[in-house]
Amino acid sequence: MSAVPAVSVENVRKNFGDTEALTGVNLTVDEGEVLGLLGPNGAGKTTLVRVLATLLTPTSGTARVLGHDVVHEAAQVRRKIGLTGQYAAVDELLTGRENLRMFGELFHLSTKDARRRADELLERFDLAFAANRPARTYSGGMRRRLDLASSLLVRPDLLFLDEPTTGLDPRSRNSIWDITRELVDEGMTLLLTTQYLEEADQLADRIAVIDHGHIIAKGTGDELKDQVGGQVVDIVLADPADLNRALDALPGAEAASGGRTVRVAVIDRDPLEVVGEVAATLNSSEIQVRDLGLRRPTLDDVFLELTGELAESAPDGDDVQEVVA
Amino acid sequence: MTASAITRHPAEPEGVVAQAYWQMRDTWTVTKRNLRHFIRQPRLLVFSTIQPVMFVVLFSFVFGGIAGAALPGDISYIDYLLPGIFVQSSAFRSTQTAVGLAEDLERGVVDRFRSMPMSRVAVLGGRTIADLVRSIAVIMLMIAVAYLIGFRFTEGVVSAVGAVLIVALFGLMMSWLFICLALYVPGAEAAQTAGFVVLFPLVFASSIFVPLETMPGWLAAFASQSPLTHAADTARALSIGGEALRPALLAIAWCVGIMAVIIPIAVRRFRSMS
Repeated sequence: MSAVPAVSVENVRKNFGDTEALTGVNLTVDEGEVLGLLGPNGAGKTTLVRVLATLLTPTSGTARVLGHDVVHEAAQVRRKIGLTGQYAAVDELLTGRENLRMFGELFHLSTKDARRRADELLERFDLAFAANRPARTYSGGMRRRLDLASSLLVRPDLLFLDEPTTGLDPRSRNSIWDITRELVDEGMTLLLTTQYLEEADQLADRIAVIDHGHIIAKGTGDELKDQVGGQVVDIVLADPADLNRALDALPGAEAASGGRTVRVAVIDRDPLEVVGEVAATLNSSEIQVRDLGLRRPTLDDVFLELTGELAESAPDGDDVQEVVA
Repeated sequence: MTASAITRHPAEPEGVVAQAYWQMRDTWTVTKRNLRHFIRQPRLLVFSTIQPVMFVVLFSFVFGGIAGAALPGDISYIDYLLPGIFVQSSAFRSTQTAVGLAEDLERGVVDRFRSMPMSRVAVLGGRTIADLVRSIAVIMLMIAVAYLIGFRFTEGVVSAVGAVLIVALFGLMMSWLFICLALYVPGAEAAQTAGFVVLFPLVFASSIFVPLETMPGWLAAFASQSPLTHAADTARALSIGGEALRPALLAIAWCVGIMAVIIPIAVRRFRSMS
């Protein structure tokens, strides 16, 4: 459409007292793009989204959303964005329908349009059956869907999804992913934050990795994986007691996660040849394996390589787990 | 989106009139939300209705005997007391405004409000107006109960409405004061506790429960300057007779004056909060 990026962030810093939440973020999101902002808890993801959604004033630096400065043209920014937060921001005491009608009116739809839109969205997000129940009786997944619907009463030019599936069970997570993909197919620009590598890999066109308040890597999932290096052979041992024997027997092997996995890097060689050698060596050493395979590095490896720590791969224990509805 | 006529944000309101219209509509939308909250929170309903009714009944029966003797002529204590209780209950209820706002600020929903193109004032205005509506409803209930135990308006319907309105204005001013307090004191509990600590002595050091003539000189001197005394005296004069104009002007001046200072402070604080 136009040359103006949906989001452009230049050297944004944000301090809370002595704590530096953002330490100089540079980031661009193009129109129609899905950018995944990936980082562990406390990396600054939510702070950055709050700055871009005009809820926080940056300490320094400039941020423009859809061509408008988030500080000086906050009102124009608010007219064009939708925000779906980490902790579903709906009114607990109002019913699902009342929530959507209220947000519709506050988006300045007519009362009639707000009602019609609310009914459409309840239908679309599979909430019609619970439309007249207070939101506090909703399961975690239903609450997230209501929260997402609340951002879509009028179509935003840019939608922020701040950890949309944190704390959800896999079924609810998949339903949020399906909805997100539909929005992407309709051409909506999305800025998605997540601490789940799989989520970024599944949904985003491009990934920016954030850690300690600044972006440490950018690229597509494949590009990031290439940064870490080539393929590896992973061997999962049948008996963890064989670990040291396996490491001794296989040249260049390293212990990987879990205490029973051994990894051999494939460097400048035919991968099949390496697999064959590994298999032959294990066989002659009489080491039993449960699994043996050639694979590319995952984003987990990328994360480990970039940040020196393991990213979350499962929902955080602190979050409210949803009961399967 | 699904096939829909609504795909874009409606046009930006232009002109002072259009903006004023949207401010009022946003405020009304938030007001409706807060009124629904009262109905759905039994705790609030109980606090806001049973407690003032208890005050009316208990004070009039417990203190009626001794207080009645101190009152001039044939004025019964319930007649003297009820307009005062209007003011007292409005003052105490206004602490609930602080609690409500503090709870809202801790909830994600206000973040959503703040990310939307709605009026900034509506979040605060919608709360004070909902509290005003509730306050008037509670006063009506108190009047009904008071009628059962012998209270009568003697100055006609227009004056009786005037009595309720002056208390409503006082309650609105108190709500804005507590809005401001809640925006500066973090946490609902703290806002409420701070409120009661200040309000309790002010309520008793006024003409709400007893005539100033029965107080020691220094206390009467303080109480005679209190806006609570002015509001109570106005409501009382309009309910059962007496000089209304002077206390009414003083009460209105206090309320309008405080609001003229406090509302801009509260709105600016809310806008700059993060």
